[in-house]
Amino acid sequence: MTSIQDASVGDEDLDFGYFRFASKAEMLEKSKSYWNPDKTQFWSDSGIPLVVDRREEYFLYDITGKRLIDVHLNGGTYNLGHRNPEVVAAIKAAMTHFDIGNHHFPALARTALAEQLVATATPGMSKVIYGSGGGEAIDIALKTARNATKRSGIVSIVKAYHGHTGLALQTGDDRFSRIFLSERSDDFIQVPFNDIAAMEQALASGGVAAVIMETIPATYGFPLPEPGYLEAVKSLCDRHGTLYIADEVQTGLMRTGELWGITKHGIDPDIIVTGKGLSGGMYPISAVIVNERSSGWLGQDGFAHMSTFGGAEVGCIAAMVTLDICSRPSTRLAVHHAADVIGHGLRRIQASYPDWLTGIRQNGLVIGLEFNHPEGAKYVMKHLYANGVWAIFSTLDPRVLQYKPGLLVSPALVEELLDRTALAIGRSRDEAARSKGVRS
Amino acid sequence: MNLIDDRAKEISRANSMLEVASWASYRYATYNHSAVTRIVEAAAKRGEALARELAEAAVEETGFGVVEHKVIKNLGCSRELLDRYTGFDFATPVVDPHSKTVSIPKPAGVVLGITPSTNPVATVYAKALMALMARCSIIISPHPFAKKVCARAAHELNAAAVEAGAPDGVIQVVEEPSIPLIEHLMKSDKVDLIVATGGSEVVRSAYSSSNPAYGVGPGNVPVVVDASANLKDAARRIVDSKSFDNSILCTNESVLIVERRVAEKLKAELARAGAHLCSETESEALRDLLFPRGQFDTRFVGKDARSIAKAASIRVPPSVRILAAEFGAVFPEEPLCHEKLCPVLGLVVADDFDDAIAKAKAVLRVTGAGHSAALHSSDGDNIATFGAALPVLRVSLNVGNSLGSSGFETNLPPTMTIGTGFLGRSSLGENLRPDHLVHYTTIALNRDPAEVLPDRSHLDRNDMPNGPVPAYPLEGVARPSGMDMRPSVAVPRPGASDPGEVALRAQIRQLVLEELAEMMKG
Repeated sequence: MTSIQDASVGDEDLDFGYFRFASKAEMLEKSKSYWNPDKTQFWSDSGIPLVVDRREEYFLYDITGKRLIDVHLNGGTYNLGHRNPEVVAAIKAAMTHFDIGNHHFPALARTALAEQLVATATPGMSKVIYGSGGGEAIDIALKTARNATKRSGIVSIVKAYHGHTGLALQTGDDRFSRIFLSERSDDFIQVPFNDIAAMEQALASGGVAAVIMETIPATYGFPLPEPGYLEAVKSLCDRHGTLYIADEVQTGLMRTGELWGITKHGIDPDIIVTGKGLSGGMYPISAVIVNERSSGWLGQDGFAHMSTFGGAEVGCIAAMVTLDICSRPSTRLAVHHAADVIGHGLRRIQASYPDWLTGIRQNGLVIGLEFNHPEGAKYVMKHLYANGVWAIFSTLDPRVLQYKPGLLVSPALVEELLDRTALAIGRSRDEAARSKGVRS
Repeated sequence: MNLIDDRAKEISRANSMLEVASWASYRYATYNHSAVTRIVEAAAKRGEALARELAEAAVEETGFGVVEHKVIKNLGCSRELLDRYTGFDFATPVVDPHSKTVSIPKPAGVVLGITPSTNPVATVYAKALMALMARCSIIISPHPFAKKVCARAAHELNAAAVEAGAPDGVIQVVEEPSIPLIEHLMKSDKVDLIVATGGSEVVRSAYSSSNPAYGVGPGNVPVVVDASANLKDAARRIVDSKSFDNSILCTNESVLIVERRVAEKLKAELARAGAHLCSETESEALRDLLFPRGQFDTRFVGKDARSIAKAASIRVPPSVRILAAEFGAVFPEEPLCHEKLCPVLGLVVADDFDDAIAKAKAVLRVTGAGHSAALHSSDGDNIATFGAALPVLRVSLNVGNSLGSSGFETNLPPTMTIGTGFLGRSSLGENLRPDHLVHYTTIALNRDPAEVLPDRSHLDRNDMPNGPVPAYPLEGVARPSGMDMRPSVAVPRPGASDPGEVALRAQIRQLVLEELAEMMKG
């Protein structure tokens, strides 16, 4: 029997002790039978037959042994690399004493993490509410805003994506709600991104509890806010008594070169939502950080929202370590260096293929690459995969590739990544041109 | 209950430093000579300004050594190091028309500098400045006895370098040294070179780390005075050198060997110069005091001669600077022929010059091979014979070895890291210099006269292609929000924007083109 650590990377005999498959083919068949047939088939059809086996640092290994540099990082979940040794050590240590904990009682690790989150958040933050995933946290944030304002309206942007749970789903594109007959109710208003007039109109009614905004909308392909847009939205919120919810699930935790992307705009939001990378990709946890104005229900009826797994204590310890690593001056410095070198490298690549790589959207290590084809990023994704890089297209704008290198990448890995990216972009351009996608 | 895994914590501290060092080195390795010069000057001047303050702090923290002498070393490793390497260029490619080669310097990268407690500040200065000259980043790992003063020295030099345009973190220091942290640094594949100065243990672990390393072995310096020597000068120099910094350096003389013909005269001169010549009983008392059970008692490291005399109940006048203890045979079982990190000098009388050489070799068999020896002589044959016979890589001639072998009173390269070479189990046989932190890519052209190097093939691209420190990423931000919008540190940007530098680069390019033109004619 092979141990999990040194599992065979061969195509046969995938024996992990706790389970085994005879081959990759058998595993994929079972994945279709028992898990998700469409998704499983989609990746095979897309030229990405990836079944992640070993994972370490910024590398993923398919069970065939193929190595991939991960610049998808599940939206920042693996900001610090896969199985970051410091986070792993913390979780191992935590498990000698803690488990998920009892969500009804005051809890040691939950309290400690809450204090740390408040201390490192934007000024004015006061309390923390926990979830186990981003969607749950968004629902908590929206319910909190409704309680605080006694209003029910929620404004989000067109092509927003904040998750798949009940209220989060309502803020988003109907790509994910129609199929479940859960389309937007009248309380949920959408306005185009970067359109201040539309935002003003939406808030003028006076019934809006909160504007929820990703600092850079990820699933929409990281279109950057125009200078002054977020600041103007915040002042509109202030004028209309509406709360500003910063969804920092993807832009938080030092990805932009600051712990929270919103601080670069000088905005102190009423609510910050964080998830994904919060516990180093090792233990699911999410958190909603609220200011005093929003935190009313926590004093009024603390049992109003409950979550058995929300703020699981092992996850809290993982999050404390993660927050500590993300906040280090050395990490911030490394992000600035890496962002700068990668930015220069991408512009060099763009200079070679100006008709194909038509846009680079970058704030720190939050990067969207825009291609000259409605589904351009899917071509690029495939060629990146073939050349040892895993990056994913933006679901709500497949022209754009999400390109999210880790916070702790080394100079050598950055150079390798750029080499592979240049090759893949060139080849994807050729393929797209063959299928007459590129206008010349 | 503390759940923290200390080892993991230390490793992560080390990793944070390595991340910064890697990026700093990545940037700094492409700085041009004029930018490097500016940075080195700024750091050296900061070191010079703090020479006395940090000398005092070092004596205060470690409890040994002499402030005045540490000031001399600190100035030597700042101002003098700068002067000695002014005009040296470890950054610009060199075209040699005669050998038909182009040599392009490649910095080592991330250097791990391990520094001792005995020369704390001077060694930090020397290693940090050499790293800056060579366009490397450096992580200083100080001896725990001197960690505070070393941290202060490293931070100051880094700040000065950064203000002059270096990437932040070009000089870092381990503030709280721990075994797991240092082990991790030593073994890390992000470290490109270890330069270890210190005890044998640390040097051996540097060599077994699997990383490239310069480790230098211990010294145990024999000094020979032959019959041709100027005895008065020799005595003065030996007493000065032996008492320097209370003899805690690897370069201080350990055993004085004198030809019988001049022994009594030399002893008289030594006494006049400030040595106390111990009687047999006094020597025995010193042995018992300094080497209880055969091991040197570390309580006496770097203490002055009078306090040691007092502890051994030896009556000495207040002017005494060293104690000289005579013994007969140079064998390892004689404690006084071992390294004594205090101003106690072993004294041996040799029958003649050949016997003196034999005894000096015997001292070096105890320990200190490859390091240094001193000779006071005016006899050319003796000088040559001595140099050929002794298993050392430098001989200080008619000069105290303390500042002679480290290049401050001779023309050897000034350093705090004395290579002991193969003789002393080291890969470094010279005094550490900045160019030991650089390798060169050599483009070598076909010797066939028909082959000429094309124009511009040396490339003038060695001009900060990676840029200095990245600007603060401000995408989508309307206005400064009151937060610190600088990059992690504020820096002037040296480079093409500096008109003086543009002109200088044009001039250099012209010179190189002319050289190339010459070469093609040849």
